Formats: sequence, C-alpha cells, structure tokens
Amino acid sequence: MAAADYSRWDPLVGKLGWDIFPFHEPVVLVTFIGVVIGGLAVLGALTYFRLWGYLWKEWFTSIDHKKIGIMYMVLALVMFVRGFADALLMRVQQAWTASGGTGYLEPHHYDQIFTAHGMIMIFFVAMPFVTGLMNFVMPLQIGARDVAFPFLNNFSFWLTTSGAVLVMMSLFVGEFSTAGWLAYPPLSGIQFSPSVGVDYYIWALQIAGIGTTLSGINLIVTIVKMRAPGMAYMKMPVFCWTTLCTNILIVATFPILTATLVLLSLDRYLGTHFFTNDLGGNPMMYVNLIWIWGHPEVYILILPIFGVFSEIVATFSGKRLFGYTSMVYATAVIMILSYIVWLHHFFTMGAGANVNSFFGITTMVISIPTGAKMFNWLFTIYKGRIRFEVPMYWTLGFMLTFVIGGMSGVMLAVPPADYVLHNSLFLIAHFHNVIIGGVVFGVFAAMTYWFPKAFGFRLEPFWGKVSFWCWLIGFYLAFMPLYVLGLMGVTRRLSQFEGTIYSAYFVVALAGALFIAFGIAAFLIQIAVSIRNREALRDTTGDPWNGRTLEWSTSSPPPYYNFAFTPKVHRIDAWWHMKQAGYQRPLEGFEPIHMPRYTSTGIVLAGIITVLGFALIWHIWWLAAVTFVFSIGYGIDHTFNYDRDYYVQPDEVAGIEGDRTKLLAAEAVSK
Amino acid sequence: MRLSKFVPLLAASPFLGGCNLVVMNPAGDIASQQAQLIVYSTILMLIVIVPVMALTVIFAIKYRASNEEAEYQPDWHHSTSLEIVIWSVPMAIILCLAGLTWVATHRLNPYSPLQRISAEKEIEEDHTPLVVQVVAMDWKWLFIYPEQGVASVNELAAPVDRPLKFEITSSTVMNSFFVPALAGQIYAMAGMQTELNAVMNEEGVYDGFSANYSGAGFSHMRFKFHSVDEDGFQNWIATVREGDRPLDRAAFLELDEASIADPVSYYSSVDPELWNAVINLCVDSNDLCQNDMMMVDALGGGGLEGLYLREVFAGICSSSNPTGMLSRIRDSREIAQAGDFPGELSLAGADLASLLRRPAGSGATVPGSGAGSKTDE
Repeated sequence: MAAADYSRWDPLVGKLGWDIFPFHEPVVLVTFIGVVIGGLAVLGALTYFRLWGYLWKEWFTSIDHKKIGIMYMVLALVMFVRGFADALLMRVQQAWTASGGTGYLEPHHYDQIFTAHGMIMIFFVAMPFVTGLMNFVMPLQIGARDVAFPFLNNFSFWLTTSGAVLVMMSLFVGEFSTAGWLAYPPLSGIQFSPSVGVDYYIWALQIAGIGTTLSGINLIVTIVKMRAPGMAYMKMPVFCWTTLCTNILIVATFPILTATLVLLSLDRYLGTHFFTNDLGGNPMMYVNLIWIWGHPEVYILILPIFGVFSEIVATFSGKRLFGYTSMVYATAVIMILSYIVWLHHFFTMGAGANVNSFFGITTMVISIPTGAKMFNWLFTIYKGRIRFEVPMYWTLGFMLTFVIGGMSGVMLAVPPADYVLHNSLFLIAHFHNVIIGGVVFGVFAAMTYWFPKAFGFRLEPFWGKVSFWCWLIGFYLAFMPLYVLGLMGVTRRLSQFEGTIYSAYFVVALAGALFIAFGIAAFLIQIAVSIRNREALRDTTGDPWNGRTLEWSTSSPPPYYNFAFTPKVHRIDAWWHMKQAGYQRPLEGFEPIHMPRYTSTGIVLAGIITVLGFALIWHIWWLAAVTFVFSIGYGIDHTFNYDRDYYVQPDEVAGIEGDRTKLLAAEAVSK
Repeated sequence: MRLSKFVPLLAASPFLGGCNLVVMNPAGDIASQQAQLIVYSTILMLIVIVPVMALTVIFAIKYRASNEEAEYQPDWHHSTSLEIVIWSVPMAIILCLAGLTWVATHRLNPYSPLQRISAEKEIEEDHTPLVVQVVAMDWKWLFIYPEQGVASVNELAAPVDRPLKFEITSSTVMNSFFVPALAGQIYAMAGMQTELNAVMNEEGVYDGFSANYSGAGFSHMRFKFHSVDEDGFQNWIATVREGDRPLDRAAFLELDEASIADPVSYYSSVDPELWNAVINLCVDSNDLCQNDMMMVDALGGGGLEGLYLREVFAGICSSSNPTGMLSRIRDSREIAQAGDFPGELSLAGADLASLLRRPAGSGATVPGSGAGSKTDE
C-alpha cells in the first residue's frame, strides 16, 4: 500500500502532494468514479433546468427557519446514504472474513470506514436530522414567525455543511482518521496518527460543532422569548419542551467538545502534551472530557425524538397526551441526569468500586424517567382511537424496539457486567438498538408526519409501510446476531477473525443490513412517487392528520410569515381547542408583518471557513491566515449591513390569505 | 473466489448452531459471577419490559380506529394513581438493581484480592496469587512472570484454581486486556498500571485478546490462555525457560517495534528492573523515567534542562523506593533556598542547587538526539 508521505511540508502547499489521492485502493477508486459521474449528473441537471439561481435565491441564502430545517434534513439524508454505505462495506467485510475469507479491505481502509461511519452518523446524520426537525417544527408550534436570530440560523446550517464537506473531501483528498469515532488519544495523537486523517476529524467537528452551539443558543432564545401570547411554559407542546432541554444540553456540552478538541489539536500541531503518553500527558483526561460531552450528546439526539413520538401518539390516538406534566418533568430529569453518568463509558479504565458504582447507579436512575415516558405513551394509546398511518407504525415499532435497547443499556450499566460486555458487539448492538430503534425510527416518523406541512402534500403511504417493515425486519436481523456475538466474546472494530464459528451470525447481520438498504431505498422511492402523485396527495386544509398543535393551524406549506396573526393560546394543545371552540380564520384586518431579509453572508462565510479548515488540515499556513482574517473581516462587515429586515404589507398578506380562503372553500364544497 | 464459500454457508448454517456463549458460560469464577449479574439484571428488567411490550401490542390492537366498540375518552389525560404506579414500579426495580450493583461492584472489583476460588471452593487465608505482568504492545501481548523470572509473547498459562493477579500496562496506545472465559476486561494504559484479580476453575485453552481498538494490527492482537494443572504449569514454565534469549531492555525495545500477528515466543529470563522501566516509560535508557520526572517536578521543575538530567535524578525516587532520598532532598532544598547548599549533595557532577531554581530561560535548548548527553556538560 503506497501511503502518502505526510511528514513533508512546503510553505506554499503545506502537506499536499500528488500521492495524497488514495486511488491505489480499488474500492476508493470505484467510489470516486461513481461520485464524479453522479456529481456531474446532478450539476448538469441543475444547470440544464436552470435551478442555480432558484436554489441560491430561495434556499441557500434563505433565513426562513422552515427552509433551513428542510436543508438540514436534506443534508442529513445525503450523509445518511454515505454513512450507510460505510456500514454495508463493514458488514460485507465482516461476513466475508468471518466465513474464512481474507476480505477486501485492508485494516488501514477498514479503520477509516468505521471511524467515518460513527462520526458521520452521529454528527452529520443524527444531529442535522434533529436540528432540522427542531428548526422546522418548534417555531411553528410556539406560534412564532421565525427563530430569534434568523441569520445565525442560516450561518449555523452552513457551518454544519462545511464540516460535512470536509469529511466528504477526506474520502478522496488524503485520508480520514483511523482512530475511532471519538478519536481516543494517544492513538489519535501525532505519534500514532501522523497523517492528516485526525486533522480532518478535528476541523470537521470543530466547524460543525460551532454551528451546533450557535444553533442551540438560537433555539433556546426562540423558545424563551418568542412563544405566542398565552403560551406559558406548561402549555407548550411536549416537542417544544424536549427541544428546549435538548438545546440547553447542546449549549452546556458542545463547548466541552470544542475545548477538548482544541487541546487535542494543540498536541498535534504545537507539540503540547495534554493527552500524550509521556511528559505528563494524560489520555484518561481526554476520555473523561469527551464523554462529559458525549453522554449528554446521546440525549441531545433522543430527547427531541421523545418529543416527536409524544406529538404523534397523541395525534393518531385522537387523544390528549397522558401525563403531560410528568412527561415534562421526566424530560428535565433526564436532561440533568445525563450530565452525571459519563463514566459508564469506561468502567474498565480502573476506577475504584465506589466511583464505578456511583456512575452505574446514576445511569440506571435515568431509566426511571425514561420508563415513565414509555408508560405515558402507552396510556395515551389506552382508550384512544388509533389511526394506523405510517407515523404510527414507526411509533409502535419504536416502543417495542426501544425497550429492548433500554434493557441491554441497564445491563451495561452494572459495572461488573460491563467488564465482560464493554467494547463487545453486545455494546454495538445496544447503541444501534436505541439509536435506530429510537432516533432513526423517530426521524422517519417525524418526516412522514410533518412532510405535508413542509411541502403541501402527504407522502404516499404504501412505500412508507414498505420502508417501515424493511427497516424493522432489517434492524432485528442486523443487530440481534450482534447481541449473541457479543456474548460469544467478539469485540468491535475487528476486520479479521480466527476460524469460522461466527460466520452464520455475520451473514445474517449482512442480510439485515441489506433489508435496511431496501428500507432506505423504499423511503427514497416514497418521496419520488409522492412528488409524482402530489396532486392526489395534496393537503389543502393545512391539517391533514387532525392535529393538536399550532403548526396545523396554518396552511401547508405555511406562508413565509407562518401566521397572518400571531395566535393566542389559552390551553395546552392549542389548535385542538381552537377547533373544538369553532375557531374562524380572520379574513381581514391584516397588519404589516416584520420579517428578516435573506442574506448570502452565511454561505459565503461558511465557505471561507471551509477553506480555512482545509488549510489547517494540510498545514497551509498562509492560506489559513488569509482565510481566518478574511472570515473575521467579513463577519464584521456583515454587522454594517443595515438592510436586514422589512415589513410585509397588509395587501400582500391579504392576497396570500385570500388564496387560502378560496382553497379552503373549494375543499369544503368538494366534501 | 472466497464468495463461493459464502453461499453454502448461508444456506447450510444452522441458525444459532455451534453457539458458544463464552461470556455466559465462562470457566473462571469471576466471569461466572459477572455472567450471573447479567442474568439477574435481565430478569429484574423483564419485570417491567414484558408488561410494557405486551400492553403496547394489546392496546394497539384493542384501540385501533376500526374497533368502534372500544372505549374512547379523548380528554382522559391524567390519573394520579396510575402516575404513582408508573414512577414507583421502575423506581422499585432500579432500587433493587442499585443495591445489586453496589454490592457486586465492590465484590467484583478487579483490584480486590479474591474472596473465593469458586462457588464450591474456599480460598486459603494466606495464599499468594500468581503474579503476571502484562504489557500491551503494537500489536502483541507480553506476559512477564516475575516469580518464575520468565516471559512469553502471545501465550499465557496458569494453573487451575490458583488465584491470579495481573498487573497490566501498555507500551503503546490504550488497549484492553480481556480473557472472556476468565474475567472481565480492564484497560492497559501506558505509564499506568491497572490490576485484575481472577481465577480459572477449568482446564482448557481459552481466547484472550485486546478488546479496545488500538490501530492497524488490532484484529490480530490475540493470544491463547492455557489453563493447566500444577504439573502442566511447571512444564510450561520449563518450556518457556528454554526460550532462546533473556528479556532485557534491548530485547524489550526490539519486541516493542510495531508488528502484526507475531508467533508465540519465549524469553528464558527477565531483567527484574524491566517492569518498573516499562511502567515509567524509560526502557530506552535515554528516556527520562516518569517517576524521576515527577521528582524533578516536585522539586520545582528545572525547566527543559531538567528533562535531560535524568541521570542526576534517576533512582532518587522510584516506584520501588517511593520516598528514596526525598526527605533528604527536602531538607537540602530548604537549605538551598536559604542560599547555602552543602557541597556533598552535588550528584554526578551537577550542581543540584542550580537545578532547584528556575533556569535562566535562554539556556534551555533541546538537543536533537541522545537526551542523556546533556549531563555531560
């Protein structure tokens, strides 16, 4: 294997050189050719259909929270395909080598794949998915017209994209980290990882992480300051509560990630010894710090999804959510407890029995509020009228699957049991069980549920159900064997095996992964079919599911100002009660609406920062200096842009609302 | 080519056939107790999981929209008695689990000496465990038997029913020492020593490996654990003693070079000072030992120059003699601060008093190689 020489350095091009393109690896070469052809096709299509101007004006520079939310979802879906491709590569390799073959991936390549898979799936799939959902749904649910800092929102999104671009770039320019998704030192230090892989990892995360922190601040302020009149905290939809708790977690923990990665970068760039083996470095400190961020991160992902399920269960059971108050307190308790359990990720580091017991027990305590939530959903279904629409399929799949993951989680929380289960495929099965059974199922439920709100037509249910069943079956086939393998003493991150006794399990797991591939394909087909049949699936009412919360009170898709009049809230499930009380849409008396203007600053600034990241990764110091100064200057320059808001005139609002009135009247006649 | 092997396997593989759940059916008492914990916690959890899963299915079927006969209460959303149940039942279970966790974590603390040989067999009051020093390397395992004065690579043997005490470190990145049949794993970290007390109750050959990913050769970082009777163990030690060379610093450094899938090899004897050097990251005699560096730091640093004065500080304070000359140095330090440093404490030609002060900055240069050479000044 002709590895590139990463020790050279040139003042002009840093560590760049012609040997950095890893095309000597056939798998990479084939992928590269595929990506080039696919990329050219997409670019060609965009040019042919003259979509560049439209995309730039209506989407890339948009500061509308709904469009940004949708862009987050698109980013997540694209990265999901990438992350899943990595998963398939690993499944094939493991099934192959466990059956006595030699496999097709060298350790150096395989190690990059599992590192990229974990890192992408968490940071560039799950995070944009939940951030996108929160962005799209929360302001609509609290009756707001946008988030508190609309430009910042756009900027945050493009920073996340910038991180994703850097990760994708590492596939063909240089190489990615081989140090695992959390880059434990000393393996991720310069001594053991001298290539640029870990630098790609660091800068992609730093840039995306800053975007996430900013977005967290934004959404907290939005909830605190911009709720519709009358919406006291205890009248907010549960999804808004989970959004609030999630973003508090983000703001409290992402700076830890940033600081930890700064220390790691100092070790790598300036030769400090925070996390090295020698000269007083302490790798254990990194492991502690990264999990002090990492464990709350788990709840950053799952809490919004708990909110999603709470909304869906209530809507499709046609019934008020059972135990709203205990749901809110459970969320808050989980939020707080998630800070004091981090050590359960490394019971085997050799801490004393008191420390390990403490963290084991705090971990188990989290299952109490989580269990309470599960019961609350259960009793929401109880004495309801369940409509088995696709989101409800996902919800029931979640309820049955997630509890299994919860159970294996509690087993892992018992320190002596963890000594034998830690780092095994049992652990892998556990966290895929909660992340797929929880986050992924929740995201699919949410996308199906809010799709009509975002685009004005429902998703075609047949392919949604196909997708659900493929995912459900695929999940169990892919991960139940991993539980067994874990109990057989098989550890994670292996690319080669002795003997063939594990063969059957890995082959079944591969079959499961293929089912999941069908599930993903079915979802994409579902979108395509739905776009083709959009007229038949059109939602003219704005309330296709007989919803309960305010987002269903406006049209589908909502006008850019969301609400012609700011709603007044009297009770929980505001829209449900408005409907009960015979609410009439006001048809006149419109007032000017204050709205922010679109700006290209976010995408341009993030573009410059991407170049800055690239320069830092490749040690091109002059370019790093130029782009750094330029990005600061450009940011300051933006503060002198005073043309950042405007008023929508009542005529325009009246026009838009008038169209909707006609639509609703036509709908009423046709019924 | 190998894909042809694939297809018949897919068809013929008896699902779950040949299943050897070593974690659940281990051969060592510690691992057995850990497996029991998995069972107990599963049972406790099932008390709440099974009803939840059953109720989910029952409710979903019963309250489907097409079943008009089922009761429908769209506004029912609160019940104090139900709330009490849904919070207190999980709480009660977690309380039991927490008690179990506290007791088990203390009983199965890897640092604690064993309390029994097995469920049936008591332990002798004044037993001495067999000590095995374990070094995780890139990408192989070195096992040192200090009592027997031998060492082996990628092969471990121990007498059955004999308490074992592993002292574990790493010469490279973090690894995890794991023999599933014996006991749970514990991390192997450079510059640090972790411990694992365990016992094997059955004879046989068991798998051991690194459970924590450590780089390119990780998949092959495996060894066999031979659990044998006392005679078998003596025979094995005799075989090892016939190994072709002694394990001294040079041999260690040679072994420490990164390599993948090394064959089993033996060392006939072991330098007794080696383990301390490994722990203190100074097998290469040019490296400053960690304990010496700590001593330098305790004395106020000495700046970068302090790094290269290891010969001055070596042996003053080590893990084998933790206080060493500390008390004496402390006394002299007070004297040094008073400006009157007794001449007889000048070691190896260096003026200790000047080391104890911060250096003047400008003189602190890093020599390109041969870190120990600085003392020659």
